[in-house]
Amino acid sequence: MNENMPTDCYQTKVKRLLLGDEALALGAINAGLSGAYAYPGTPSTEILEFVQGNPIARDRHIHSHWSSNEKTAVEEALGMSFCGKRSMVSMKHVGLNVAADAFVNSAMTGANGGMLVISADDPSMHSSQNEQDSRFYARFAMTPCLEPSNQQEAYDMAAYGFTLSERLRIPVMVRLVTRLSHSRAEVVTDSTATAENKLQYPDNPRQWVLMPGNSRIRNRQLIADQVKMVEESATSPFNRLIPGTDTSLGIIASGIAYNYVMECFPDGCPFTVLKISQYPLPRKLVSELFDKCDRVMVVEEGQPVIEQTLRGLLDTTVRPVLGKLDGYLPRTGELTPDSVAEAIGKALPSFAAKHAADTPHPSDLIAGKLKDLVVPRPPALCQGCGHRDVYAALNAALKDYATPKVFGDIGCYTLGWLSPFNAIDTCLDMGASITMAKGAADAGQHPSVAIIGDSTFTHSGMTGLLDAVNENTPMTVIISDNLTTGMTGGQDSQGTGKLEAICLGLGVDPAHLHTINSLPKTFEEMKQIFGSEFEYRGLSVIVARRECIQTARRHAKKG
Amino acid sequence: MKSDIILAGVGGQGILSIATILGAAALRDNLHLKQAEVHGMSQRGGDVMSCLRLSSDPIASDIIPTGKADLIVALEPMEALRHISWLSPQGRVVTSTVPFVNIPDYPDQQQILDALAELPNVTAFDMDEVAKESATLRASNMVLLGAASPYIDLSPEKIEAGIAAVFSPKGEKMVETNIAAFRAGRAKALSL
Repeated sequence: MNENMPTDCYQTKVKRLLLGDEALALGAINAGLSGAYAYPGTPSTEILEFVQGNPIARDRHIHSHWSSNEKTAVEEALGMSFCGKRSMVSMKHVGLNVAADAFVNSAMTGANGGMLVISADDPSMHSSQNEQDSRFYARFAMTPCLEPSNQQEAYDMAAYGFTLSERLRIPVMVRLVTRLSHSRAEVVTDSTATAENKLQYPDNPRQWVLMPGNSRIRNRQLIADQVKMVEESATSPFNRLIPGTDTSLGIIASGIAYNYVMECFPDGCPFTVLKISQYPLPRKLVSELFDKCDRVMVVEEGQPVIEQTLRGLLDTTVRPVLGKLDGYLPRTGELTPDSVAEAIGKALPSFAAKHAADTPHPSDLIAGKLKDLVVPRPPALCQGCGHRDVYAALNAALKDYATPKVFGDIGCYTLGWLSPFNAIDTCLDMGASITMAKGAADAGQHPSVAIIGDSTFTHSGMTGLLDAVNENTPMTVIISDNLTTGMTGGQDSQGTGKLEAICLGLGVDPAHLHTINSLPKTFEEMKQIFGSEFEYRGLSVIVARRECIQTARRHAKKG
Repeated sequence: MKSDIILAGVGGQGILSIATILGAAALRDNLHLKQAEVHGMSQRGGDVMSCLRLSSDPIASDIIPTGKADLIVALEPMEALRHISWLSPQGRVVTSTVPFVNIPDYPDQQQILDALAELPNVTAFDMDEVAKESATLRASNMVLLGAASPYIDLSPEKIEAGIAAVFSPKGEKMVETNIAAFRAGRAKALSL
């Protein structure tokens, strides 16, 4: 908070402890948000959950229902923006792949009411399949991108991002990373929320119909607008050139990487640092930094987006650039204060010498023993989880086949790959169990089994099932229905109560659509149904149902 | 004032409640705080670790650098050892000695306790037992918080106010039970 603020300003400010996700959500609510859209995904889930629990959002009836997937969520948010209201949509990084068609084209339609597209990356893959960096998507779609470095910026960037979006008439991406999404800090927040936008239609209606003739006009405009976006970045309050006295190194630090750099210099950084939290890169500030120092280290969380830009293909920058592409910083995994300190030490031996440990470390005393005394403790399906019973029966039913293949999907049940079940052969993306099982069956695989959760099925499994229906593909789909989105903590599942109707509606043969409760006592029955459907050389769907043990406990407590 | 604390345990043990309580206490004390935790896959019975940083000055990184933690606070002895490289030379380990065995290859328990005993600053005891005696088994995380409290630069009164703030929505009885466990843990640690 600014020390020179008049005291009456303080009365409207409230200090709260918030996760990065929560800070961004509260910032949006206080900035006049009208609708939040999302599909759950770690580390982004808490954004929509915060809106659902917020009293102002409830009073104002701000939309906060979960969407079926990230693509429907982006389109719904864009529809709200079309009507002039402020909307936000949040997802994990791989969810942006699902929403990519909608997101990239939303840069073409542009936004009317301010629209934030929040994508939470998961470097180190704490709970994800890959380390893709959403900043590439922003560059690809040619939208601005905000990358908060701390919880306060996450809060402040919501209002700033809405204004930017309305000024430039384009959706603005906000890129979060796990260590900000899921880290708590004190945040100075407003105690009141500004009014929502009124319904107001776009003043450029033609731009919203992306027929080729319109798109060509808009494409030229979008490219012309890049200049404005770069200017915005150059004057952004979140991008700062912080002068230093030592010219032997300059540092570009983006997002939370800025914190790790600062952690290395508790008494103040001697080098000029360019803090980046808004893209496209502000060319002016970057060249000012290059003018001030002999070489530049780029410290960024995720993939080397800034670094690659500076180096170019032929690495012809006027000053040496150090970073992930030459091994100063690790190319995989999230940054840590340690890896950043090590990189600075490699560039400056004097820094390394000054920070070398001079005292023996307590762990040195037992270092030799740690390997045997600390073993991995992998996550596992909960005791009392219905997925366990499905896997037990599935394994039993497949026991006598020489080469059965089970195509898995994304959710708690992916843990079925681990011991003791070792029950699945693949895990790719949301919904791929059904379509990969279909491709395998097309190739002659038998039995070809897909196992998918209820929420994943309605997210991306239904369309693939239609492919299998149309060809009556000889395969077996097991929908392990726990009546919730379990992995992310138990959010409403959009297909609850509708799964059989959806399957029948898509054309699944009623004679080969079964529903069974997945319980220890139904083991024999499940095994028998699985076994007889494997032998049916057409499409079967078995819905194995039992409420998630975690949500069941919560419901029991509530009475 | 500065306390860099590693909280460690197994998903579901109540490690993050300790962070929430210290957070509530720190906010009342106008301290700066950063607390990084991991959600999602790692909570299904896997190991859980959280970095908690409290300071009178602004804090830069959400993650504590290795070799810099003042305290490792663990509800499980193997989990205390897992994060031992974070401990500073003067740092202390406060851990329960009760193993949480949910894996087939859990190492020899005595060897784990022996290794812990080789460290210079360790507070280790059976926190389940103290919890049962003073309150209820479920409050062993508050026994742990009590045992760690002499080494955190926050007064016990302020931490108790944090406990009250966090548990009061669940009723006065819950607040009393958890404060009793906290006091028992603190008394036990100070008596060792």
